[in-house]
Amino acid sequence: MIRFFSFLGRTLEEAMQGTGQTVELFGRAALQVRHCWKRRRFLLDQLYTCGIRPLPVVLVVALFTGMILALQTGIELDRFGAKDRIASIIGLGLCREMGPFMTALILTASVGSGIAAEIGTMKVSEEIDALEILSIRPESFLVMPRLVAMAIVTPLLTFVTDIVGILGGCLVSATRLRIAPEQYLKNVVESLSEVLTYGGLPKDLYTGLVKAFVFGVIIATVGSSAGLRASGGAIGVGRATRSSVIQSFVLVIVVGYYLTSFFYT
Amino acid sequence: MSDRVPPIAATPLAPDPGATAAGAEALIRLVGVHKAFGGKHVLNGLDLEVRRGETFVILGPSGTGKSVLLKLLVGLLKPDRGEIWVGRQRVDGARDRELWEIRGRIGYLFQSSALINWLTVAENVALPLSEHTRLRPHEIDQRVDEYLGKVHMLQSKYQMPGELSGGQKRRVALARVLAGTPTIILYDEPTAGLDPVMTQNIAALIRSVQLEFGVTSILVTHDLPCASEAGDRVAFVDGGKVVHCDTTEQFMHTDHPAVRNFLRGGRPVVPGAPR
Ligand SMILES: Nc1ncnc2c1ncn2[C@@H]1O[C@H](COP(=O)(O)OP(=O)(O)O)[C@@H](O)[C@H]1O
Ligand SMILES: [Mg+2]
Repeated sequence: MIRFFSFLGRTLEEAMQGTGQTVELFGRAALQVRHCWKRRRFLLDQLYTCGIRPLPVVLVVALFTGMILALQTGIELDRFGAKDRIASIIGLGLCREMGPFMTALILTASVGSGIAAEIGTMKVSEEIDALEILSIRPESFLVMPRLVAMAIVTPLLTFVTDIVGILGGCLVSATRLRIAPEQYLKNVVESLSEVLTYGGLPKDLYTGLVKAFVFGVIIATVGSSAGLRASGGAIGVGRATRSSVIQSFVLVIVVGYYLTSFFYT
Repeated sequence: MSDRVPPIAATPLAPDPGATAAGAEALIRLVGVHKAFGGKHVLNGLDLEVRRGETFVILGPSGTGKSVLLKLLVGLLKPDRGEIWVGRQRVDGARDRELWEIRGRIGYLFQSSALINWLTVAENVALPLSEHTRLRPHEIDQRVDEYLGKVHMLQSKYQMPGELSGGQKRRVALARVLAGTPTIILYDEPTAGLDPVMTQNIAALIRSVQLEFGVTSILVTHDLPCASEAGDRVAFVDGGKVVHCDTTEQFMHTDHPAVRNFLRGGRPVVPGAPR
């Protein structure tokens, strides 16, 4: 138990230490976004790496998230004879919380760790030093394309997660709970359209996508920052990768809470 | 991002006037430089002067801080004490913008070559051009061919760095250095881990770059043939200080005991060295 808490403490400490440098890196990289067009090729590469490559995993996880939600809540709701509420619970739950959260976790594990390992390897093999001597800023050359790509891709993948998750819920509802798919989908749309924001976009969807955007920025920045701070060969790269995943995880959850409380209180 | 635009002359890298005359003024100067990592003293009041146009060899056993010295020169590391001058500019304590200016004049050939792994050979060489000049793609391509030709690597233009041997990587890295049109080139063990033929090859290349472009070079090595082939003057560094410094010719025949010992291939014994 004590070991567990000391581990928790160390983890939090690591997260704290990196945060200052990470915030600074974010500022410098954000300034470089104006050079986006010049780096469009790198940006396209990163859009593919961050958006297309994790897609299969995202699809599977999204489908089963929706199915699990339907199964668990469905069984409970059925006991109270309220199983027709299931559609709105799944729709709202996915769009508000589960969609962005699951997507962010998948991207942290797959893309964020990859960013840290890639940049960390470049750091320990003197490639970053070489860039600096060529007066090429790593935050422009390496970090900005990843940052922009993740900021674009995370909301898109979250949207995919929402849709696929809802369909997964539909599948379970239809087969296990005997709810007609048309009825289910109609309920989802109804519950989402209760509160609308700009341009008729459902507020619950909108807040989820804003969250996803922030998560994407966090994952890219934390991964890059950990990579740039790597030192000491392959072991250092491993350490950087691990700490980037831990920091992203913690930040996604903490920031997610505050965003929820910002949007819904 | 074109804050730094190197001059593009008809012949890139026009030789500096007065570049050939050894005995000219000092272009690079280190005065009493100290550097320690944690409690470990690597440089202990090192003094050094490199003259314009010469190839200055720094010889010494590994672990004496030769790479650290080069990194201090380009501001990748900061000295604890002492002054570092490149021309009239002071490197230690330079602000970002000044450092950019200084680095714009310096090419650095890393021990590990430090090619960007996920870019092709051509894209690596093109980096200084595509980042800091407004040249059109076909003009850049032409320059890349020119520099790759100089280091005899044109045939590998579209390969990835991972497909190249150590010697080939060094030559591509040299082409990338040349593409930055530096007036000063720092070589960090350019022949380490290469066979004698490739060593000879690289040494000749360093010599020809000096003659053709009139650059001032610092060549860190512990390879004697390479030092005597390419160097004008040699300094022997050990214990964080310059132990002995002379012209290449005289250096090789010195009777300084520590240098003799090193030249013979034994471990040098320097009185008072902190190790
Ligand atoms: N960034 C660093 N952090 C800590 N120690 C370093 C660093 N760079 C070099 N050193 C230490 O300085 C000493 C000299 O290293 P180096 O300059 O690479 O030697 P060499 O003369 O072989 O090039 C080594 O003992 C190394 O451990
Ligand atoms: Mg070295």
